[in-house]
Amino acid sequence: MRHVVNNGKECTFGERRHGMAIVSRGFRGRPGDTHHKLPPGQYETTDFPVLSAGPTPRVDRDGWELTVRTETGARHSWNWAQLMALPSQTPTVDLHCVTKWSKFATEWQGVSLDVLLEDVETAAEFALVHSYGGYTTNLPLEDLLDGQAWIAYRHDGEDLAPEHGGPARLLVPHLYLWKSAKWVRGIQLLLEDEPGFWESAGYHDYGDPWREQRYQGD
Amino acid sequence: MAHHPDHDPGTGQYAYEDGNALAGPLSEILTVDPTSALGRCTGCGSRWPLAHLHVYAQAPGYVGRCPDCDQVILRLVRSPDKAWLDLRGTVALTFRLGP
Repeated sequence: MRHVVNNGKECTFGERRHGMAIVSRGFRGRPGDTHHKLPPGQYETTDFPVLSAGPTPRVDRDGWELTVRTETGARHSWNWAQLMALPSQTPTVDLHCVTKWSKFATEWQGVSLDVLLEDVETAAEFALVHSYGGYTTNLPLEDLLDGQAWIAYRHDGEDLAPEHGGPARLLVPHLYLWKSAKWVRGIQLLLEDEPGFWESAGYHDYGDPWREQRYQGD
Repeated sequence: MAHHPDHDPGTGQYAYEDGNALAGPLSEILTVDPTSALGRCTGCGSRWPLAHLHVYAQAPGYVGRCPDCDQVILRLVRSPDKAWLDLRGTVALTFRLGP
């Protein structure tokens, strides 16, 4: 099913701005965005280039774990069977890589971060995402909520291949793809923003492709 | 190049190149030959010339990793009008210079 929705920037997050609150935004069920429209400076590709900052981690599902840690140290974790037991969605989304390729209407299956963070109490406004292999990336917590982000484990009807981030990756398609951390293993909730791997080496802190936020200062 | 797990037998390609891939982008910043500079890994302590790093160039920037322990030694990002060079993975860089 193809869902044509606008770009997600109209979402309001007022509820969360009022300090300590349960993160849950309810289950709005918007399963993704596809525009078939190129952000500035991008070109369309139909293949799926593999970009990697290091060796591809081979993560066994039996040993896989996803951990959310809050600013108070509270820890929530899911093993593979627990992740599979959660309700999933099948978003169809456009991907925009900062190296200038975009790929339209990619099909995924994964668990919405709204579901995973439903029972997590936090006053954090920022998230630092950690991957197997040591990669990190940061983004505002609100960009993980309201149907904008998933822990994705299937792509194009197949289990997610290791070179594309399998067994599971973050999928945050409204930001440049370096934010969609492959081989995700944890999300650290923080009161202060903390730059990740590329954000501390010149890339933009937020990375909105529609505003062409590639580098610091853009 | 020795066998390593990121060699893709299907395409015959390696996931990384050796540190000579840094010669062009680094010489824009450093005026001496950068790939012969000697470094030392802050993780495992091994020593090498930059030319021996494993360089992942198919990322948003260049990532140079220790050939012995895979720790990130350097990151180099080039925008249209700036370059960022992060060398936190090496204790120091030693350059051989004329007297």
